[in-house]
Amino acid sequence: MRIALLLILSVFSFKVFALNVFACEPEWASLAQELGGDKVSVVSATTARQDPHHIEARPSLIARMRAADLVVCSGSELEIGWLPLLLTQSGNNRVQPGSPGYLEASRYVLKLEVPTTVDRSMGDVHPGGNPHVHTDPRNIARVAKVLAERLAQLDAANAATYRSRADAFDKRWAEAIARWEKQAAPLKGVPLVQHHKGFTYLINWLGMREVGDLEPKPGIPPTTSHLAGLVEQMKKAPAKMIVYSSYDDPKAAQFLSQRTGIPNVMLPFTVGGSDRAKDLFGYFDDLVARLLTPLQ
Amino acid sequence: MFRKAWCAAALAAAMLPAHAQDQTREEVKILQQRVDELERRMQEASAPKQSENAFNPAVSAILNGVYSNLSQDPNTYRINGFVPTMGDVAPPRRGFSLGESELGIAANVDHLFRGTLIAAIQPDGSGVEVEEAYIQTLALSRGFSVKAGRFFSAVGYQNQIHAHAWDFTDQPLVMKAFLGGQLNDDGVQVKWVAPTELYVDVGAEFTRGHAFPASDPDRNGAGAVNWFAHLGGDIGASLAWQTGLSYLTTSPRERVYDDPQSGTSNSFSGASKLWALSGVLKWAPEGNSTVNNFKLQGEYFRRSESGELTFDPAGAALTDGYASRQSGWYAQGVYQFMPQWRVGYRYDQLDSGTTSIGLVDSGALTAADFPVLAGYKPKRHTAMVDWSPSEFSRVRLQLARDYSRQSQPDNQVFLQYIVSLGAHGAHTF
Repeated sequence: MRIALLLILSVFSFKVFALNVFACEPEWASLAQELGGDKVSVVSATTARQDPHHIEARPSLIARMRAADLVVCSGSELEIGWLPLLLTQSGNNRVQPGSPGYLEASRYVLKLEVPTTVDRSMGDVHPGGNPHVHTDPRNIARVAKVLAERLAQLDAANAATYRSRADAFDKRWAEAIARWEKQAAPLKGVPLVQHHKGFTYLINWLGMREVGDLEPKPGIPPTTSHLAGLVEQMKKAPAKMIVYSSYDDPKAAQFLSQRTGIPNVMLPFTVGGSDRAKDLFGYFDDLVARLLTPLQ
Repeated sequence: MFRKAWCAAALAAAMLPAHAQDQTREEVKILQQRVDELERRMQEASAPKQSENAFNPAVSAILNGVYSNLSQDPNTYRINGFVPTMGDVAPPRRGFSLGESELGIAANVDHLFRGTLIAAIQPDGSGVEVEEAYIQTLALSRGFSVKAGRFFSAVGYQNQIHAHAWDFTDQPLVMKAFLGGQLNDDGVQVKWVAPTELYVDVGAEFTRGHAFPASDPDRNGAGAVNWFAHLGGDIGASLAWQTGLSYLTTSPRERVYDDPQSGTSNSFSGASKLWALSGVLKWAPEGNSTVNNFKLQGEYFRRSESGELTFDPAGAALTDGYASRQSGWYAQGVYQFMPQWRVGYRYDQLDSGTTSIGLVDSGALTAADFPVLAGYKPKRHTAMVDWSPSEFSRVRLQLARDYSRQSQPDNQVFLQYIVSLGAHGAHTF
C-alpha cells in the first residue's frame, strides 16, 4: 500500500521550475540555461539541423508556447514564417510582443547588412538586417546582460541568483573570447565562400573576408549557372575555404570543392550542430577549430 | 574648437607637473563617456524612424492564373448523387483564365486585438468578396482565444487554408460536395488550448449560417454551430502529426437547389449534421525540410440530413419527407524530392449512401424527377508537380481524371501560377 502510494506520488511530483523559457533557437536556449541554471526549464523550438527560416508551426510548438513565461528569439524577421502563428494560437498573454515575456535578441546588438532598400528580387532579405547575430560571441555577451535582467524581472524571487550567474558567465565568456581571438589570429584576412549569409557576424568578428555565396541570392538554393560562375571566380582568385552550415544541403559546397580543390568545411550553425558544440563554449571552440583546419 | 581644446589639454598634460595630470585623466574619462554616448546613439539611429506610416499594416496580394484543358464543359459540372451546393465548385473555364486575386491586410489593432482582412477580387468583374475579415484576441490567457467576424470555419482540415496554400489546384471533392467549395461564415469562434505537452484544443463556432449547408436564416440565434477538437504532437524530430474532429449542425429552411440535369429547382427544410475527421502527418529528415519532405493528409466527411423536400416550390410545390446519409473521403501525399520541386497524388471518393425521397416512395413522383440525386459514387485521381523558385512563387502542372459526373469522366489539365507580393503571413500546420 505504502509502495503504491509512493509510486503514485513519484509519478505526479515533477520538479517545479520557476520559469518556463521558450527559445526559438538552440543558442538562446543554451544561454538561458547558463543564466537560469536549475531555476528555469528551457526548450528550444528548433535544432541546429533545421533552417530557422523554414519551420512548421507544429502543434507541439503551440503547446510549448502556451506554457512559456519567456520567449527568446533572434528576431529581425528570422522567425516571421512561424513565430507569429505560435504566439496568436497559444492563448498566452505573458509572451506577446511588447510584454516582458518577449525578447528579440537582435534588437540589442549592432546589426550587419541592414539593407537601405528592400525588394523581393534581392532574395529573402531581412529589412531589419542580418538576423544570425549569434555567430559573434560579443553579441552573445550583450544579449546575456539583457536576458539576465529579464529573468530577474520575471522571477524577482530568484533575481539575485540570475544576476550572480550572469556576472560569472560574463567573466568566463570574456576569457573565452580572448582565447578564441588569440587562436583565430591566423584567420584574419582569409578569404572564404559561404553557403548562406549565416556566418556574416562570425566572419566580421574574426576579420575574415567573404568573397562569395553559394546561394545566388539569400534564401534561393544554389543554381548550376551560379556555381559555374563561382568556379571561374575561384580560378582567378581562390578562396581558402568553402563553409556551409549544419542545416545546409552539402551538395553545392562539395561540388565547388571538387571543381576548385578548395576544402569545404561544415560549420555547426548553432549549439548542437556538432559533437563538440554541446553548449555555447563548445560551439565557438568548434567553430574556431574547424575554420583553422584548412590552414594547417 | 573642441579639437583645439583637446590638443591644448594634451600639450598641457605633457608639460605640466604631476598634479595637473590628474585633471587630464579626468578629461580623458569625460571624453570616453562621450564616445560611449555616441556609440549608444548610433545604435539607436538604426531603429526605424518614427512617422505616420510606420504603423501601416502588413499588406499582401496573391495573384494566380491558370490554363485549363478540360474534356467536359465546366458549365455542366455537377457531383452526381449529391445535392448541389450552389457554391463555386466547378473547374475554371477552358483555356486561359485569371483566378481570384487575393488582397490581405493584417496588423495588431492594439495590445488586445489583431485584425485581418482578406478580400478576393473576382476576375469577371462580379465584384469584391470578403473571404475573411476578423479580429482575434491577443491578451487572453490560460490558452483561450476568441475570433470574431468572418472566417473560414474549422470544419475538417483544408477548409481553413487559403486556396493559394493548397497543394493542388482545386479542393478535395468532400469540400465541394459538403461545404460548397469552402465554408466561411460570420460569427464568433472560441478556442481553448489545454496546458498539456500533447497539443489539445477544443472550440466552438457560433455563426450566421449564411451558406450551404445552412440557408441564412432570419433569426436572433446562431444559424450554424460547429464544435471542434484537435490533437497533435511530434514523433521524434522527423515526424509531426495532427488530427481533428468537427461536428457542424444547422437547420436549413427552404434551402433551394437547381437540378442541373432536369432544370427544376427544389428546396429542403430540416436538419443537417456533418462530421469531419481529419489527419495530417508531416515528415522531414530531422525536421529539416530544405531538401526533402513529405506531407500526408486525409479527411473523412459524413453527413446526415433529414426533413422535407419540396419539388418545384414555384410550380407544382409538392412536399414530402427526405432523409440522406452520405459520406466521402480523400487522401493525398505530397513529396518534395529536391529543393524547389514537389510531386503529389490525391485520391477522392464520395458515396451517395442512402437517400430516401418521400415523394418518390409514395409514388407522387419518380426518381427521374430528381436526376442529380440518383445513387452514385464519384471519384477522382489527381497528380501534380510543382516548382517553387522561392517562397513567394509557384508554378504547377496538374492532371486529373474526374468522375464527378456519372458516366462522363472529365480529363483535366491545369497549368497554374501562384505568386505572393508583399508581406507573407505565416502558414498554419
